[in-house]
Parts: sequence; structure tokens; C-alpha cells
Amino acid sequence: MAIIVFLAFVIFVIGLSLYLGNRAKTVSGYYAAGGKIHWGVNGIAFAGDYLSAASFLGICGLIATVGYDGFLYSIGYLAGWVVALFVVAEPLKRLGKYTFTDAVDANYDSRGIKLAAAISTLVVSICYLIPQMVGAGVLVEPLLGIPQAWGVVMVGAVVITIVATAGMASTTYVQFLKGGLLIIFSTVLVGAVLLRGLSTQPDQGGMAPFYEYARLPATITETQIEVPEPGYTVLEQQAVKGAAVFVLLRHEGLDTWWAVAEKEGVITLNETQSVVVKADGQWINGAPASDTNQLRQVGNLEKINGETEANTGSISPLAFLAVLTSKDSTVQSWKTANFVDSAGQKTTVYYSVLVPGDRIMRPGLKFKVEGTGLQRLDFLSLMLALFLGTAALPHILIRYYTVPDPASARKSTIVAIAAIGFFYILTLFMGLGAMTNAVLNPADSNMAAPLLARSFGQLIFAIISAIAFATVLGTVSGLIVAASGAVAHDLFDRYLQIQMDDRQKVRAGKISAFVIGGLAILLGILFQGLNVTFLVGLAFAVAASANLPAIVMLLFWKQTTARGIAASIIVGIVASLTLIAFSPELYTLYGKNPLDAPIPLNNPGIISIPLSFITLIVVSLLTRQKPTPATA
Amino acid sequence: MLHEPSTPAGKDPAAPYKMRLGLRMFAIYAFFYAGFVAINVLSPLTMATIVFAGLNLATVYGVALIIGALFEALIYDVLCRRKEAEFARGEKPQGDPEQSAEGKA
Repeated sequence: MAIIVFLAFVIFVIGLSLYLGNRAKTVSGYYAAGGKIHWGVNGIAFAGDYLSAASFLGICGLIATVGYDGFLYSIGYLAGWVVALFVVAEPLKRLGKYTFTDAVDANYDSRGIKLAAAISTLVVSICYLIPQMVGAGVLVEPLLGIPQAWGVVMVGAVVITIVATAGMASTTYVQFLKGGLLIIFSTVLVGAVLLRGLSTQPDQGGMAPFYEYARLPATITETQIEVPEPGYTVLEQQAVKGAAVFVLLRHEGLDTWWAVAEKEGVITLNETQSVVVKADGQWINGAPASDTNQLRQVGNLEKINGETEANTGSISPLAFLAVLTSKDSTVQSWKTANFVDSAGQKTTVYYSVLVPGDRIMRPGLKFKVEGTGLQRLDFLSLMLALFLGTAALPHILIRYYTVPDPASARKSTIVAIAAIGFFYILTLFMGLGAMTNAVLNPADSNMAAPLLARSFGQLIFAIISAIAFATVLGTVSGLIVAASGAVAHDLFDRYLQIQMDDRQKVRAGKISAFVIGGLAILLGILFQGLNVTFLVGLAFAVAASANLPAIVMLLFWKQTTARGIAASIIVGIVASLTLIAFSPELYTLYGKNPLDAPIPLNNPGIISIPLSFITLIVVSLLTRQKPTPATA
Repeated sequence: MLHEPSTPAGKDPAAPYKMRLGLRMFAIYAFFYAGFVAINVLSPLTMATIVFAGLNLATVYGVALIIGALFEALIYDVLCRRKEAEFARGEKPQGDPEQSAEGKA
């Protein structure tokens, strides 16, 4: 079913691209869909562009695992549209032609701006492309049963076809369809979650019996944990720093890992799930991995308003949130610990922790807002980048050139705010629904929303998965149009001033789309396993640092000079990328100790955005006496 | 060589009014957004306070920021349309000291 729906959607999208191909014969047609898109269509297409894999897969997954902290991304991403509407939309439409570079260079005709803005567009687009392609691989694996790398190749091939055949016109209509379908079916999914209600023993509507994890009493001596229950033998124990102590027990020939918990002096062993990499392959929960032996889906309420066996039945949206906010409700959440066992085998243990509702529904599980000053500054930095990043994303900015006039740019932004805002409220229900319906894959939170859909039947799973896949297709298409514009239009045509007629310019754009699409495929395979939402957050920080100061100062400070703009863009890119490269999160990725990272912040915006603004002001003041600003 | 917009925008006499209005509305939203972030950073436990129908401040404030953005956007659109219509009818716009100024386009 999923494959049929998915293939039908892909065939439809490619057919639409071929049909719209005749609109891409001119430069205006290729990069800006001729500037003839209706503002209503463009508004939903904005939503399609913006609600990327990070929004649909990443935010739902984050809410499902860390509760309210995931919703903070929804709030920040939506707030960014306020900057886009009130500050950027209409003035940018009046200034620009096809690309972000056209807009910032409109009053200057500066080669420095052209080069800096083109590089910025490329860097931000590629930073944004990587998580989309990684998300594509994650989606395709369970949907079509093929390896992640093939999923990335498939997305790349389809997207290159879409972009190369009809450029911005087909990209716009794909985004319109995808954005509309995503919102409609997410609403259906949330309706189904509320109709089902909340239960302490969720069974996916009777499709999957609830699995009750075992608990064993234990005693502890100075060095040894012992289990009085007959038939259990302790084989080894591992203390994992920052996690828990784990014990390997043998029972009826099966070796399984248990987490040690202590409450008021009473020791209990809690059953976990585990993946052990042995010489003959992966073993899951003590037996070889197979089609029938996979990690169990997890996530449920241990208590609902203080009751351990409760089922609310159908529930209103407010009551749903109130139950989860109550301090008397408890969520069984899952964490991960990695270590090497005594036989030298790489072991991953997934263990449950009980979290009260009032802890789930306020900030703090992911972002350490109750932590040190630096941790709070890091949170502040993220929220600043999310707020200022949207209005500086090249693939969002180019959509302002597809509508006929500035008023349409404004109206399409308002439609986008309505659609995106509504969707982000839905993410709260989808994420919390996944958290409490025993549907989560403990090894990968990115699939929370599609797996929640699967608990309601194959049809809605197929549709939601196809839409999720289209989400990736649409966003990648927009990014490739933006990046190919930076190469073919900004660099070749305007910076290098290579003489080309209209047809050659379109061909250059299509060739650039092929090359960037190929690069995206490669990066998507190389970066498999990275956190999708984290990477998108970094793309926002780079965009806000590199592009926003230039846009804002160009519009509102008359002393801005070409050299000031070029310098601020370059400083913004270099500063944000350098800060990211030496951040604790990246040190973890390099396999180093994050405490050794020279930059203590994961999010660079709080430093790089002001630095870019200061650079623009200082350089502009130093160069404002130049007689012709166009000679930068 | 300077580039022209992808579609000719024409003169927009309401542009200065819309720009000022946009900045004011942005400042109002930024104030509430900054307040939200400030409470999270300076007094995170305040976010757990139940304020409405069993919902805490974190949820109510967060959802209000989303709905408030749309509400403000709609007000902005109404005011912009009104001003554009005034200019379109050739009326002397009310309360706009820079009414004669033209947009940058």
C-alpha cells in the first residue's frame, strides 16, 4: 500500500514537472516561474518549502522524546515569519529579480556583493540540504525496505528531474500540493489521536498488544549485584557514565541487559532493550536480529492523573494537553546508553525512565535552561537564530520573486503564517501522541510521526509516509533552485559576466541543478545518522549571521555601503561556521570529548549575528566617503 | 548594470507607511518573543505554573505566540490594504505625514 501511494505521488510529480516544462524556457520562467504565481498558491508553497523534514520528522520526533523542548523549535521557526512579513517581504520583492544576490546588490552593482552573496546562498543551501537528504534515507528504509543510501539516491534523482525540467514553476506546484496535503493529513492524524485518547496500556487500537516490561528485585553487595529470583544468573555489569548501571542476566538461555534502579534503599532491575554487534551480526534483546525480532516500539503513560490503569477514551485537545501537563501523570520515556561489553562487543542499551507530566511539558529536558550561565546562553543563541534565520534563507527569499507584486508577497506571507502556524500546533499533538502510544522506535526518533500514523492503519501510514517523502522532495527542489541560481545566475552571469543568451542561461541553471543535486546525494550518504533538526538549526544560524544583517541594514540604514555588505556576509559565514566547527556537539561527532571543545556554545548565533552587524556598520563607516559605491 | 525586478512593481506610494507600520508591529512581536525567551532563561520554573484549563504557562505562551503572529499579520494586512486603497482612490491619506513620499521602487 505504502509503495503504491508513494509511487503514484512520484509519477504525478514528475508528470506535472514535464507538463510545466514549457514555463522554464526563459530565465524568468526558470528561476521565478515568470512571476505569475497566485499569492494563495505561493503562500501554501511557502509552507511546503518551510515544513521540511526537520519540521515534520525532526520536531515531531523531538517532542516525542523530550516533550516541550521540541515544541520550542516550532515556536522559534514560526516567529521567524514575523520578521519575514514585517521587515523583509515587500521591500525585498521591490528590490530583487531572481535571487537573494539580486536583492542585496540591487542598489550597488558590486562584484564583491555578488561573490559574497552567491557563496552565502551556496553555503546555507548545502547546510540545509544535508539534513533533508539524510531524512530521505531515514524515511525510505522502512517505507520501501531499501537501504538508506538508495533512498538518498532516489530522492536526488527525482528532485533533479523536477528542477531540471521546469525549475521554479514545478517546484512551486509540488510545494503547494505537498504543503496542502501535509496540513490536511496531519489534521486527520491529530483527530485520530484525540479520538483514541490516552491509555496507560496503549495497544495501537488492538493491533499490537501492550508489552509490560519486567522488574526484578535485587540486592547489592560491595561489588556485586545479585538476583534472588531463581533461574537468573548475573553474567556481568557495566556502569555507564551519565546513564546508569546495567547488568547482563542469563535466563532460560537468553542473555538480556537490565538497568539498575534504586529508590529509598530498595534495588530493582528494570528490563531494557539492547542491540549487540556480534561477529555473526546484530543481536536484539538476546537473540539474532530477524524480520520477527526487531526492537519493540515504546512510549506510554505510566500513570494518568495518578491512576496506573486508566483509559481516557476520546478526549478534547485541551484535556489531552492538560492530562500530559499534570504532575500526577507520568510518562515512560526512553534513553540510550552505549558501551563495549566484556567480550569486546559494541552494545547499545535502550532503557526507560519515568518522567512526570509537569517536567515533560515545560522546557528543560533538552535545553538546560536551569543549568549554567553558558547553557542558558546557548539556549538564547538558538532562539535568536530561529527568530532571525527564516527571513534570511535563500530558498524562502526566492519565493518572493514568483508573485506579481509586493502586495502579493505580503499576502502570500500571511497565508504561509496561517498554514505553518496551524501545522506547528499540530506537531505538539503528533509528538505527544507518538510519545504515549507505544509507537516510537527507540533507536530513531525521526520516524515518530509516520509510525504514529501506522498505528491507525496502513492507508494513513502510506499517505503520511508519501507526504513525508514529498516533504523532502519539495524542500530539496527549492534548495537546488536557490543553489543553482547562485552558481548559474549570480556567479556565471553576473559575477564572471559570461555572455549567454536566455536559452544558455536556463541551460546553465539546469546543469548547475544536476551538479548540486549530485553533490546533495553524496553528502546525504556521507552524513547518514546525523540529527536532522540539529543540522537545520545550524543552517538557520548561518543564514541569520550571513544574510540578515545585509538585508536589514540595506533596507533601513542609508549609510550602508557595498563593501560593508560584502564584508558582513563573509564575516557572518566564516564566524558561524568556525564557531560550529569548534562546538561541543561537533566535537562529539568527531569522536572527541565535547568538554575539550574550544567554543563552549553549540549555537553560534549570539556571537556571529552581532559580529556580522558590527562588521557591516564599521566597514560602511570606513568606506562611505568613496565617490562611487558601485566600484566595491 | 543594474537589474530590474522579475515583474515590474511600479510605484508604491504606500511603501513608507507600510515600512513604518511593519517595524512597529515587528517591535511589538519581538517584545513578547523576548519575554518568552527571558522567562525560560531567567525563571524556567515559572513556565510550569498552571494558568488555564490545566495548561501551564509554557504551553499557553507558546501557542499564543503562534496564534498572535497570525493575528498581528491579519491586522497588518488590513491596515496596508486600507492605505493602498486610499492611494488608489486618489484620496488624501489620513494620519500619514509622509503621504507624498514614494516607495523605493
